[in-house]
Amino acid sequence: MYVVACIKQVPDTTQVQIDPVTNTLKREGVPFIVNPFDTHAIEESLRLKDRFGFRVAAITMGPPNAEYALRKAISMGVDEVILLSDRAFGGADTLATSKVLTEAILKLSTKDEVPLIICGRQTIDGDTAQVGPGIATRLNYSQLTLVDRIEHIDIENRKIIVRRKLEGRYEIVESILPSLLTVVREINKPRYPKVPSRLLADESEIPIWDNKFLKLDEQTIGLKGSPTRVVKIFSPEREKGEIIGDGLKDPEGAAKLLIEKLLSKELLPF
Amino acid sequence: MTAQNVFFGIIVIASLIFFSWSCYKRFNLVTLGKPENRFQNVWKRLMGVLVYVFAQKRVINKPFGFNHFFLFWSFMILLLANTEFLINGIFPNISFALLGKPLNHGLLFLFDIVSFIALICVLNAFIRRLFFTPSYLETPYVKAKSFDALLILSLIGILMLAYFGIHGAEIILTDINLHTYMPFSNITSKIFANFSIPTIENISQVSWWVHAIVLLTFLNYLPYSKHMHILAAIPNCYFRNLEKPNTQPREIFKKGMQYGVSKVQDFTWKDLLDGYACTECGRCQDACPAYNTDKPLNPRQVIHDMKINLLENGKYIKKQENPKVPLISNIGEGSISEDAIWSCTTCGACLDICPELIEHMPKIIKMRRFLVEMESKFPEELLNLFENIEQRSNPWGIAPADRVKWASYMNVEEFNADKNEYLFYVGCAGSFDSRNKQVTLAIAQLLNTSGISWGILGKEEKCCGDSLRRLGNEYVFDKIAQENVTLLKNKGVKKIITQCPHCYNTLKNDYKQFGLDVQVIHHSELINKLLDTKKINIKHPADNLGNMVYHDSCYLGRHNDIYEAPRNVIELSTGNKPIEMNRNKNNSFCCGAGGGRMWMEENLGVRMNITRVKEAVDKNPKTIGVACPYCLTMFEDGLKDLKLNNIYVKDIAEVVAETLRTDN
Ligand code: SF4
Ligand code: SF4
Repeated sequence: MYVVACIKQVPDTTQVQIDPVTNTLKREGVPFIVNPFDTHAIEESLRLKDRFGFRVAAITMGPPNAEYALRKAISMGVDEVILLSDRAFGGADTLATSKVLTEAILKLSTKDEVPLIICGRQTIDGDTAQVGPGIATRLNYSQLTLVDRIEHIDIENRKIIVRRKLEGRYEIVESILPSLLTVVREINKPRYPKVPSRLLADESEIPIWDNKFLKLDEQTIGLKGSPTRVVKIFSPEREKGEIIGDGLKDPEGAAKLLIEKLLSKELLPF
Repeated sequence: MTAQNVFFGIIVIASLIFFSWSCYKRFNLVTLGKPENRFQNVWKRLMGVLVYVFAQKRVINKPFGFNHFFLFWSFMILLLANTEFLINGIFPNISFALLGKPLNHGLLFLFDIVSFIALICVLNAFIRRLFFTPSYLETPYVKAKSFDALLILSLIGILMLAYFGIHGAEIILTDINLHTYMPFSNITSKIFANFSIPTIENISQVSWWVHAIVLLTFLNYLPYSKHMHILAAIPNCYFRNLEKPNTQPREIFKKGMQYGVSKVQDFTWKDLLDGYACTECGRCQDACPAYNTDKPLNPRQVIHDMKINLLENGKYIKKQENPKVPLISNIGEGSISEDAIWSCTTCGACLDICPELIEHMPKIIKMRRFLVEMESKFPEELLNLFENIEQRSNPWGIAPADRVKWASYMNVEEFNADKNEYLFYVGCAGSFDSRNKQVTLAIAQLLNTSGISWGILGKEEKCCGDSLRRLGNEYVFDKIAQENVTLLKNKGVKKIITQCPHCYNTLKNDYKQFGLDVQVIHHSELINKLLDTKKINIKHPADNLGNMVYHDSCYLGRHNDIYEAPRNVIELSTGNKPIEMNRNKNNSFCCGAGGGRMWMEENLGVRMNITRVKEAVDKNPKTIGVACPYCLTMFEDGLKDLKLNNIYVKDIAEVVAETLRTDN
């Protein structure tokens, strides 16, 4: 039985700036990382493997260099990886992406059953949180989002109980398997890769599935199959400044407040 | 030859066989260790034996060491006397008398004096152990007044008394004139003089047998006691590490390999030999900052546990079976706990003080390597550190682009080998930590004042990886080191100034293994030189800083022998020599941040930085001078915790910058 972790390689957004002229992301020189939420998805899959002996497969859709994310997954200990890469997949929005991933999971399930799919709650570059639910819908899996704890799994009776972390409250829900989970950071602490698995990851062949293999209608995937268009990317306008302290009555106090403020915002060199 | 001679001969031979067998059995276990080349440089090694074993260089660093010095030399000399004793007991015709009277008498005189000295030394040691027990002689498993220690002392004492018994009787029974050559045996002979001849003959016989039996017992007890060091010290010193312990061996990363040490046989043979050489003197324990702040680490215990583990598991390992006692665990004697392993600051105090030249800290790092690289088992806080350094190339995980923020307030060039003589390698603390950025600016100002030509790597600078290496994350360190060395080589860098002793040490000593061959200079050395050569001129002494104590950073001092440069700089800029703390120079006490401890919580025991701050404050300073960004942070935090906000902490570069200020 498989548990599938869907992951994505993203630019380290804390290091990305937006070009104010072209309104695009300035990506040069920005390192790629595995979407942080997805590392929790990998970790949870590996924990299920440790408990139930699942085979863990990590899949990602992306350009050839997305294999980096899969190598990272191998270094954490997943058993199998698949890179979904084809020009025809390029420029996809969440809808088109979920179609490709769905097809890939269907292909995988011809090898063995896939009772569980785990995704991160969202990516840090797109922030839509739609791909996971999209796959669940297409596969007709139960959809358990924002999971911060798997309370119980009963494979035999095909039952799962999870806790969802919602705004200001938790919700414990029971569902039938197969299910797709999207997980929040609180669910676990991703393991640190051990050296032997890092070396394995460096040497592993990364299997690529392209559209010749998946055979999806090219009109329904990639840019052509994506109804969403990005119109504009921009940094929000800065808020107006504020007046702090009273420079007339208490210049010393005001200066102190100002310096503290600047220091706390790291605007002074020390 | 009489029947007695034959009987004695049989006993001696049996004893020697048993002794050899014991030694073989114990030393043979050492061969279970991994190979390591400690054979090159024969001359240097032999010289070391002369200095450390025969001249007892480190032993006599402590006053009581002189007791050992005399005991050791008495032992060496009496080795001769005792060899003759054994031979003579079997072949009565062979003795030093064959050498002729003058020589024989000379030897008798020497042996007599030396035996007396040995007796006094043993008495001293007895009294010290029983009545003036230094706390560092004790561990939970080895008591100061242990049976082992007291038995050995008693045996030596009895041996000497028996010697005087034999020779006191000899004076009366053979040649009364001998008393001139044996002043101390003469005292016993005076006592015996009141007895009848047959009684004296009996005393002589009994003394002789007591001497013989105690001697052979001593010999055969040695390999099973801490006095094994008598046998292991010379080889252990010969095979010592000829370098300072300021770097760690590289690892080869290949599929199917094991990294680090998880079982006793993963140590090298030299590591295992260390175990036998330990005398349980407790000096490392007394020096260790972790032990002295109630952490579960005691370097002596690490060595002891490794030895016990080897002795317990040896027979299984030989049979290719699994060891029975785990090496890393907290089950007690023979195992080393993870908490102990993570408590080490790699300060090097243990290695620096050990009279047996035992290498404690490198063993700890080997076990860290196993925990990190094979098990991913380490204190939680380190996960962030490891990922931050690997992904963002700094310990805090701050965006790498911010590395040059400090330079936006002055005109700083990017290093260009055609134009700049020096590369200023700022390091992570100097680039990202707000307090340490002030030090960076002070150094930059001094460099500009001096007129030397320098540049920085700017955004291309990366973490040097020191913490990773000391924490056992050798895999990531290796990657970073290779990248950094390639970068420095490509840039054509020849001279590097560092502000952090950890960068200094890593660039200078660790990167050598990666092929970097450049001059690395710590800012304290450079500033000292610039002051000396008048490239920087003090405008007015920095007397506003008041009394200043100086704290030696472990990686500048003990690991790299830089003690005088920072002191000179302070003296030149304040007009006064810095005040010395009680523990200074190679005796300095770690601030608590080395060995990656900077990034870990200090939940066990008392805080190391507080301990050190208190020691500094005892000297009543207005300023504490440091030359390391970690020390700066640790001292400032310590002062804050103690609510001592009228004492400053200044890097020596800031002290000099103070002398150039024009506004006072
Ligand atoms: S290196 Fe320092 S902290 Fe580590 S065991 Fe030795 S003395 Fe203790
Ligand atoms: S390791 Fe060295 S310093 Fe420590 S107790 Fe043993 S002999 Fe003494």
